[in-house]
Amino acid sequence: MATDRQPGRRSHMIGRVFIYGSLLGLAAFYLMPLWVMVATSLKSLDEIYAGSFIGVPEKVTFEAWVKAWGTACIGTKCDGLKPYFVNSLVMVIPAVVLSSGIGAINGYVLTKWRFKGANVVFGLLLFGCFLPFQAVLLPMAQILGWLGLAGTIPGLVLVHTVYGIAFTTLFFRNYFVTIPDELTKAAQIDGAGFFRIFFSIMLPAALPIIVVSCIWQFTQIWNDFLFGVSFTAGDSSPVTVALNNIVNVTMGRKQYNVDMASAMIAAIPTLVVYVVAGRYFVRGLTAGAVKG
Amino acid sequence: MDGLPGPRVPADRTEILANGHGDQMRKHRSFKALLTAQLPKLVLSPSLIAVFVGVYLFICWTAAISFSSSKMVPKFDFVGLEQYVRLWSTPRWITAVENLFVFTMLFLAITIALGLFIAILLDQRVRAEGVLRAIYLYPMALSFIVTGTAWKWILNPSLGVQKVVNDLGWQGFVFDWITRPEFAIYCVVIAAVWQSTGFAMAIFLAGLRGIDNSIIKAAQIEGAGMARIYLSIIVPMLRPAFLSVIVLLSYISIKSFDLVLALTNAGPGSATEMPSTFMFSATFRRNQMGVGAASAMMMLMTVAAIIIPYLYSELKEDRDGH
Amino acid sequence: MATLEIERVRKTYGNIDVLKEVSISVGDGDFLVLLGPSGCGKSTLLNMIAGLEDISSGEVRIGGEVVNDRSPKDRDIAMVFQSYALYPTMTVRQNIEFGMKIRGVPPAERAKATQAAAEMLQMGHLLDRRPSQLSGGQRQRVAMGRAVVREPKLFLFDEPLSNLDAKLRVDMRTEIKRLHQRLGTTIVYVTHDQIEAMTLATRIAVMKDGIVQHFGPPQEVYDRPANTYVARFVGSPAMNIVSATLHMGADGGAEATVSMPGGEARITGIPLSAATIKGYHGQKVLLGIRPEHFSLAAETGLPVLIDVVEPTGPDTLAVFTMSGTEVIARLEPFAAAAGDRVSLAVKADKVVVFDAATETRLD
Repeated sequence: MATDRQPGRRSHMIGRVFIYGSLLGLAAFYLMPLWVMVATSLKSLDEIYAGSFIGVPEKVTFEAWVKAWGTACIGTKCDGLKPYFVNSLVMVIPAVVLSSGIGAINGYVLTKWRFKGANVVFGLLLFGCFLPFQAVLLPMAQILGWLGLAGTIPGLVLVHTVYGIAFTTLFFRNYFVTIPDELTKAAQIDGAGFFRIFFSIMLPAALPIIVVSCIWQFTQIWNDFLFGVSFTAGDSSPVTVALNNIVNVTMGRKQYNVDMASAMIAAIPTLVVYVVAGRYFVRGLTAGAVKG
Repeated sequence: MDGLPGPRVPADRTEILANGHGDQMRKHRSFKALLTAQLPKLVLSPSLIAVFVGVYLFICWTAAISFSSSKMVPKFDFVGLEQYVRLWSTPRWITAVENLFVFTMLFLAITIALGLFIAILLDQRVRAEGVLRAIYLYPMALSFIVTGTAWKWILNPSLGVQKVVNDLGWQGFVFDWITRPEFAIYCVVIAAVWQSTGFAMAIFLAGLRGIDNSIIKAAQIEGAGMARIYLSIIVPMLRPAFLSVIVLLSYISIKSFDLVLALTNAGPGSATEMPSTFMFSATFRRNQMGVGAASAMMMLMTVAAIIIPYLYSELKEDRDGH
Repeated sequence: MATLEIERVRKTYGNIDVLKEVSISVGDGDFLVLLGPSGCGKSTLLNMIAGLEDISSGEVRIGGEVVNDRSPKDRDIAMVFQSYALYPTMTVRQNIEFGMKIRGVPPAERAKATQAAAEMLQMGHLLDRRPSQLSGGQRQRVAMGRAVVREPKLFLFDEPLSNLDAKLRVDMRTEIKRLHQRLGTTIVYVTHDQIEAMTLATRIAVMKDGIVQHFGPPQEVYDRPANTYVARFVGSPAMNIVSATLHMGADGGAEATVSMPGGEARITGIPLSAATIKGYHGQKVLLGIRPEHFSLAAETGLPVLIDVVEPTGPDTLAVFTMSGTEVIARLEPFAAAAGDRVSLAVKADKVVVFDAATETRLD
C-alpha cells in the first residue's frame, strides 16, 4: 500500500489549492484585457455607453470591425486601417528576411571562421541590441532624407534591417557555437568552400533558430512604433502608428468599439504567430538572457 | 595552405609554370588565395559597417548635436554644455527623470516578485502548465500601443474598473488614478507589469529548471522544509537569472515610449512624461533639437551604465568556460 | 549503526514492476553493495531505503524499526549522491553545517563536528571555498563530510565514484573503505562497477530486472555464483561458460565431457553431490570456469589450439575455442603463442556447474 502520511497529506492538499487558486486568479488578470478588447469590439456603441467594458456583449455585432478596417479616419483620410495594415505587411516581410539572412551569415562567420578580434566585434554588435533608439533618431532621419527614403516604406525596411542585425546575429551566433567545428573542417577537407559550407551544412542544421529569428523579428518589427512614427507620416505609416492616431485623436463621440477593434486588428498577426509557434518565441526571449 | 578549392590542377600546369607563364599564374593564384582567406571578413563587413554607422557613428552625431545650438535644423557649431544645462533646468525633464525612477523601481520590484512567484508555482508539477505559461506570456507578443490602448480604457473611471465595481454595488469605489497627475504614473506601472511579467517568469522558470534535482533531495534528507529549501538554496542559485531580469527590465523601462504615449500621452498635462517621450516631443514637436539630443544622450549613458558591465561580465564568463 | 532489513519489498509504477519482491538483511556495521547494470532497480531500492520514493509493498526496517512511513529526515540516514549535490552558493563549511543548523545544533558543536570531519577526510584547507572552486574528488569528500557529521544509523551511497576518472576512482575507493573501518556505520552502496563491489563489500546483492540474483559475501559471489548472469558479471575477464555433458564417473564422482577442435575431452573431479550427479547423468549442463583456473599441463590436459594471445604484463590471456564457445585462459607470460597446440589443465574443484535450461547453479 502506498505510504499514507495523513498530516502531510492535508497540508499537501492546502498547498495544491493555493497553487492552483493563485495561478488561475493570475491567469484571469492576464486574460482580462484581451477579453475586454474582444468583447468591446463586438458591442454596438450604444451598448458601450449604456453599460461597461467588462460585460459580455448583449448583441454581437461586427460593425466596429468593419469600420476599423475600412472607414475609420486616420489623419485626413478615412479609409480605415486596411492601407496601413498592408504597409506593415510590405515593410515587415523584407525586413525579417533581410535581417535574418544577414544575421545567419554573420553568426556563421563569427563562430566558424574565427579571426583576431572576433569577440570584440561580437561585443560591439551585442551592444547594438541594447541601444535606446532615441540616440539615433536624429541622424537616421537626416540620412534617410539624403538617401531620398524619408517617409517611405523602403526607408523603414532599411532601418529595421540595420537594427535587427544585432539581434539576429546574436541568435545565430549562439546557435552555431553549438555545432561542432569538426563538421566544417570535414567539409573543408572534402573541398567545400565558404559559401557551400554555409548553404549545404549550416543552414539546414539551423532550422530551429531560423524560425526563432524570424518570429522574433516579425514580432519586434510589426509591433514597432518609434521608428514608424519618426520616419513615416500619413500614407506610408505602419499599422501601429495608425492605431495610435485613431485612439488618441478625439473627434466627436469616442468610438470605443472601433478603438478596440483597431487594436485587435493591429494585434492579431503577432498573436497568431505566438499561438502557432509560441515555443520558438520563448526561445527568442531567453536566448540572450540566460547563459548556459 | 593555399586555399585553392580542390585539386583540380591538371598535370599540364606544371609545364606551363615551367614555361615562364609561371609568374602570371602565381600572381593569379595568390590573389584568389587572398580573396578566399579574407572572404569571411569581407562577408561580415557590410553589416559591420551598417551597424557601425547606424549605432556608433549616429551616437557621435547625436552627441555633436547635443553640443550645438541646433533648434529646428541641425547646426554644427559648438556651445559646450549649454544644452545640457538647459535640459536640467527644464521642469518637464525633471518630472520625466523623477517619473523614470519611480516607474523603474516599482516596475522592477513588482514584475520580479510576480514573475518569480508564478515561476515557482509553475515549477510545482502543475497540470496544464503549458497553457498557463502561454497565458502569462502572450502580452509580450503585443505591441505596447495595443497594450496602452486596452489599459487606457480599462483604467478609465467612467468605463472601466471603477464603473464595474460601482455597478456591482460598491458605489463609493473610486479608481481614477489615470486622471490624477500624482497617480497616473502608477497606471503606467500596472500596464507595464502586465506586459512584462511573462518575460520575467520565463527566465526564472528556465533558471529553476536548470537546478540539479539531487541538491533538493540532499536538503530534504538533511531535514529542510520546502520553504527553507527555496529561501536558502534555490533563490540564491537564481542569482544569474535575477541579474538578467533586472538588466533587461531596466532597459525596457528606459526605452518605454510606446506605452506611455498610448496610455496617457504623457499626461495628464505632463504628469507621466518620461525621458523617451520628452526627447521625442522636444526634437520633433517643439523644435528644440539640441535639447532633444542632450536628453537622448542622457538616456544612452544611463543604458550604457547598466548594460556594459552586464555584457562584459557575461562575455568574460563565456571565455572562462563558466 | 544499525541493522537493515528489507522484507519482500516491491515497487510498481503504473503497471510496471520495477522491483519484484526483494528481501535482503544485513547486520550492524555491514557494507552492503547493490550491484547491477542500469535499470536493474538498484537506485530505486536505495531511494526507497532513503525515503525519497514510496514503497509499493513490503517493509523496510532500520535498527529494527519499520520506516516505511517516515520521511527521509526522520530515518536517521545520510546520503552521498553521484553528482555530489553540494549547495553551490554556500562554502564548504556552510555545506557541512547546513543540516546541523536545521537540527538546532549550537554553533560551538557544529564547528567541532565540522573540524573533525575535515580532518578525517583531509579537507581542512578547503573549508572556506565554494564547490565551483573544487575538483571532482574534493567535492566528493565534501559530500561525504556532510554525511558524516550527521552521525546517522545508515550511510547511503548512490554511485558516488561514477563521475570521477579512473585513477581518482581507485583513490576514493580506498577513502571510502577507510571511512567504513573507522566509523563502523552500516553502509548501503549502489554501483555498476564489479571491482568496487568486490573490494568494498561485506555483502553483495547482484540485481537484474528488479530481482536479486545473488546475495552473499564477495568471495562467495565470486567462487560460487548463483547463476550464469552473476557468473559473467563479477570478475574480469568474465567467467567462461561452456556447454558440456555430465556423467557419473567410474569412481562415482562427476565428469564432464566437452568438445574440442581435436575431439572430445573430459574433466574429472568436479565437486557435486551424489544426488545431483545421479539426477543429471547424461544431461547437458553448463560449466563455469574462471580464466585463472587454467594452467599449462604436460600432456594430460585438454588439447587446445590457441587462437589469439593478449599479453597484459602480469599475465598472458590466451583465447581458444571449447565446445564451440570462445574461452579465455589466464596463463603465465610467454606461456604460449597464437597457433600453438598446448595442453591445459583445469582446476576441477573450482568448476561451477549450471543447469543448461535455467542457468542456475547446481548444488
